[in-house]
Amino acid sequence: MTAQLFLEQTLNGLQQGVMLFLLAAGLTLVFGIMHLINLAHGTLYMVGAYVAATVTKLSGSFTVGVLAALAAAGLVGAAIEMTALRKLYRRDHLDQVLATFGVILFFNELVKIVWGPQALFLSPPAALSGTVEIIPGVPYPAYRLFIIGVGLAVGLGLRYLIVNTRTGMLIRAGATHRDMVGALGVDIDRLFTVVFAIGAMLAGLAGAMAGPMLAVEVGMGEQILILTFVVIIIGGIGSVRGALAGALLVGLVDTYGRAFLPLAMRAALDPAAADSIGASISNVAIYLLMAAVLIWRPRGLFQAYGG
Amino acid sequence: MTRIQTFLAMAMAGAIVAGAATAADKPVKIGMITTLSGGGAALGVDARDAFQLAIDLKGGKLGGVPTELIVADDAQKVENAKQIATRFLKKDDVDIVTGIVWSNLAIAVVPSVTREGKIYVSTNAGPHELAGKGCDKNYFNAAYQNDNLHEAAGQYVSDQGLKRVYLMAPNYPAGKDSITGFKRFYKGEVVAEVYTTLGQVDYAAEIANLRAAKPDGVFFFLPGGMGVNFVKQYAQAGLIKEIPLFGPGFSFDEGILSAVGDAAVGAFNSSEYTWDLDNAANKVFVAAFRKAYGRKPSLYAAQAYDAALLIDFAIAAVKGDMSKADAFRAALHKADFASVRGKFKFGPNNHPIQDIYIREVVKEGDAVTNKTIRKVFTDHQDAYAAECKM
Repeated sequence: MTAQLFLEQTLNGLQQGVMLFLLAAGLTLVFGIMHLINLAHGTLYMVGAYVAATVTKLSGSFTVGVLAALAAAGLVGAAIEMTALRKLYRRDHLDQVLATFGVILFFNELVKIVWGPQALFLSPPAALSGTVEIIPGVPYPAYRLFIIGVGLAVGLGLRYLIVNTRTGMLIRAGATHRDMVGALGVDIDRLFTVVFAIGAMLAGLAGAMAGPMLAVEVGMGEQILILTFVVIIIGGIGSVRGALAGALLVGLVDTYGRAFLPLAMRAALDPAAADSIGASISNVAIYLLMAAVLIWRPRGLFQAYGG
Repeated sequence: MTRIQTFLAMAMAGAIVAGAATAADKPVKIGMITTLSGGGAALGVDARDAFQLAIDLKGGKLGGVPTELIVADDAQKVENAKQIATRFLKKDDVDIVTGIVWSNLAIAVVPSVTREGKIYVSTNAGPHELAGKGCDKNYFNAAYQNDNLHEAAGQYVSDQGLKRVYLMAPNYPAGKDSITGFKRFYKGEVVAEVYTTLGQVDYAAEIANLRAAKPDGVFFFLPGGMGVNFVKQYAQAGLIKEIPLFGPGFSFDEGILSAVGDAAVGAFNSSEYTWDLDNAANKVFVAAFRKAYGRKPSLYAAQAYDAALLIDFAIAAVKGDMSKADAFRAALHKADFASVRGKFKFGPNNHPIQDIYIREVVKEGDAVTNKTIRKVFTDHQDAYAAECKM
């Protein structure tokens, strides 16, 4: 193994982590502040990807496509919150799981009716479709570097929103002293709708960003949802900082596991067996990571605000 | 409804019933179990559309007998497929069952159909479990045995003189079978066999390792969305011109190509059918399919269409009397119909003996599509036929 390969895999891990962060940030906000388990988060990711693909094709501009995806995911999110989820805040988590699972089924069918069963096409904008030799001798996809940049910018933006703005103050207060904030005259219903819409827009952004690399297809949200839950459990439910740390950790561990475990196994076993066993172990690497973190810190790496 | 209208309606219904009865046969009922929802829906939709098209083109009849196609969605789940099969057999009393896309579903369902003495015609899945020792006189596969396309890719890669090849497939039985099939005909060195997670979305880690290993070529089998993800990311890493990419036709069907776009241009894949095959039956099929559905037919569509033509031929051969089970099976085995593949015949295990081609992904105007470039196998038979004792 060369240093270049290691660096390249590190970039891959960071990029995967950033992608997970975009999803996990929204999920953890909703969970931490509204105490709502939202399985339909992946649905908003799918909506983002589909709208981005369609609008990019119609307008010819990826930027317009991403903006449309943000708007669509935010609107759909707000609509879901106001019609379906608002009644569930005081209910059991199991009821929320059931209801949001229903939302997944509904939107999967709706998307299939609107767009058909075939996967959609979305390519990176021309300026980002090439490779950059950021590590000597290793051409790295420019689009993946772009994702890392977008993810970090979103992270900083969220930090600013939560720490420095009035909305952020209400979000923090709502998470810890919901009833008190309500008693002080803040419209909690509206606050929750706003938080849910922000979460939905982050998911929509993740979907739009993922579109050029992935199959834009029905069910794409569920594939990535489990990993996202692992991230917020590792990071500490409700903490955006935790989501970032957890996402990068999961991205790196998963990438290193897939990249290097089979290679390491080859030192001890014959190649075919090493490839097969290495693949099986790397599949569970992130779950081992989650178990280890939970033994060390049962509530995740970072505590949510006061929670 | 007034009395007169009621009377007229009854009289008309009576006339229709009387008309059907004089045709000596009751309508043929065909039950199609296929995947119409979830990630694999595109495959089932192609199969359903093509099968229905064949019936429509023959005026709603197969073999001259009015045909009713009952379609049910298995959502790619074994339990659903089993339930539907039971309903088809016990309640709907179908004559023939067809349509299953996925091998794990086929293994669970096909024996329960053939045991009841009903005919099953496969439009896609061809697991080796049903081709060798588990073959059955009531089971006919109009598509291929699963290993066939992988074998053709292996042969082609060897023919091209590639010495070091990197292999990649998902970590599940069909993935391992594909690697086995490829290696059965590939003679060079295997640099690595990489098994990815089923449903994996990001392949950056695998692609980086692959580049570092500097193979002469890459063979991969990643069905459905996994293949779209991999091919897009492979092209974005700038590798498709550097290290040629080979795969079975499943990873490059027309639906997938429309989702992958330019990224796939220059890849090679194996298939027993492509829409550009030059024969009269195929020209009729492609024109009718494009007119009816506005897209090019995939191999799944072609296989379902051929399955319908096969049934059409066999029903006609027994003059619509399917109660002569032995004669009907013999007619199915004879399979003397105009296949869109140009020619078609069954081996002793009722699996096709057929030609398999290599195609290149090319750009045609604005569309990305497959172009047949070479025949790899002529009259290729599967590796399990000898184990079949009927």
